[in-house]
Amino acid sequence: MSSNEKKMKKNSNFVLEFEKPLGSLLEKIDELEESNVEGCEDVIERLKKEFKELKERIYTNLQPHQRLQIARHPDRPYSLDYVKELGTNWIELHGDRSGSDDGAIVGGLLELTEGQTVVVVGNEKGRGIKEKQKRNFGMPQPWGYEKAMRLFKHAETFNLPIITLIDTPGAYPGLEAEAKGQSIAIARSIQLMSTLKVPIIAVITGEGGSGGALALGVANRVLMLEHSVYSVISPEGCAAILWRTREKSSEAATALRITAKELLDLGLIDEIITEPSGGAHKNYQSSATNIKESILRHLNQLKGFSLEELQEDRMKKFRHFGAFIG
Amino acid sequence: MGLKDLFKLKRSRKGLGVPPKEIISGEEISELWTQCKSCNTMIYNNDLKKNLMICPKCEHHFRISSYERIEQLIDAGTWEEVNCSIETDDPLKFHDLKSYADRVEAAKKTSGTTEAIITGTAKIKGYDFALGVMEFSFLGGSMGSVVGERIARLCEIAIENKFPLVLVSSSGGARMHEGLFSLMQMAKTSSSLAKLRDNNLLFISLLADPTYGGVSASFATLGDIIIAEPKAKIGFAGPRVIEETIRQKLPKNFQTAEYLLEHGQLDMVVHRKDLKNKLAQLIKMHVQMPKPEFVETGN
Repeated sequence: MSSNEKKMKKNSNFVLEFEKPLGSLLEKIDELEESNVEGCEDVIERLKKEFKELKERIYTNLQPHQRLQIARHPDRPYSLDYVKELGTNWIELHGDRSGSDDGAIVGGLLELTEGQTVVVVGNEKGRGIKEKQKRNFGMPQPWGYEKAMRLFKHAETFNLPIITLIDTPGAYPGLEAEAKGQSIAIARSIQLMSTLKVPIIAVITGEGGSGGALALGVANRVLMLEHSVYSVISPEGCAAILWRTREKSSEAATALRITAKELLDLGLIDEIITEPSGGAHKNYQSSATNIKESILRHLNQLKGFSLEELQEDRMKKFRHFGAFIG
Repeated sequence: MGLKDLFKLKRSRKGLGVPPKEIISGEEISELWTQCKSCNTMIYNNDLKKNLMICPKCEHHFRISSYERIEQLIDAGTWEEVNCSIETDDPLKFHDLKSYADRVEAAKKTSGTTEAIITGTAKIKGYDFALGVMEFSFLGGSMGSVVGERIARLCEIAIENKFPLVLVSSSGGARMHEGLFSLMQMAKTSSSLAKLRDNNLLFISLLADPTYGGVSASFATLGDIIIAEPKAKIGFAGPRVIEETIRQKLPKNFQTAEYLLEHGQLDMVVHRKDLKNKLAQLIKMHVQMPKPEFVETGN
């Protein structure tokens, strides 16, 4: 148990249900340590050991719906948190050049390493209620995808690799979104990504919510953070339709196979990026370091590819996804 | 035959005339009559079929099966089905209130098709083309791996033969029971269509009622030309989800073909009776005369 963890515990009001046993154990330890009663060092040692074991047990045996809770954790790092840690000289670019600038999708230029500029496009959920409203809780509008496409084309023009950071409940289901062509925007972004002649690496950092996530997810390499999820429909939505009640969402979360481990086993993603103990929100920096290491390694692997080969590699990858007989 | 059955028989016989409205509120009224959902008119089934499943009174377009659609669009006797051997798998061993495997078996029976899309090649007014038609009665026309694979292969057949492609959509979206495999079909179909475009081959997308979710957010809206049938409902999210999210009433014509046309998302709304002619005309206008070959004249 580090001082960092103690700080997080005190700062954060968001303790997930399955984390509660840890919290109460931690409180006991705190009490004992502060009481300075002589002779209780042994007890503290024992409790600390117990804490470590319990933590290990909880986080290695997480159920899919529990991972979903971590993926949605309000303290989870978002794209704007990550860009600060992933490289230097982050320059945000704005606008779809057609009248709007969707806050739910952010993008810009980042020097990942000295001399290696990339274009980053990611979802942004926003922190704090005002910011969340401005960002529409990370649910993009059609013009958000237009903005993404404009940045993708920019990357292609200047031969810059693209990194996408995906964390969205899904594309926004709204009146104006429909009027302005939410479907078309997503479809076009998916199609454009499949044809781009630059390396693309997608990282699911939190929630990979359906088509709204895939619109940023057609990449040469698709990586997932350990506790992130990626799904065709939200477990709540799936439960409401197939079980006829949203209360069965944890069953749906299990049935849909939304976790990184399951999707890696099914061959649908390329790699799992380890999170700091307890989840990415416990340590932004260490989470970013792991992401960066993985991105650099994959970019390096793609260096030998010609521009045509990069496109072909991506098209072939998605062409082969499917499970059928015959 | 028991006493109860006797009474049952009497009741159902009553329905053969013009039955009173209370009895006919169900979908299948009788083998002879169908009630129009839009104007409540009772239509003699033979008349309905002759009229391409359009209500003769209010022009309501009934949903039609994939094979009915194929029959309506192509030159008789030219259909060659492809991809029939690609069949549904159950990669997640998905189980909700029923198992996915059971749902698929039931869907095969009710729809009379092997999956939610039928693909093949045919002629339309003499022009060769590739055609895929979704089957709404197969699990709501949902797109899983088979739908994606059949479309991808149809694109490849179109490219190989230099055929234009027509896809007729009618779907609730991606199929939940195949999880992320279904989502990936959106990328698969969209990238296959990019290849078609690279080959300068025309893709006409025809949207029939209803076209939603992962289907509308992938291949269905990527047509070089997009057509919809009158009053077809088309959108990304379902109206109920939107109402719950924004907490306001939606406009009356929201997500109809006419609404989408007004909002620049379609090229045209075409009555079912005119579809074959319109498609054939569009295909004809995109068939390029072969370019004169460059001949080296030498010195």
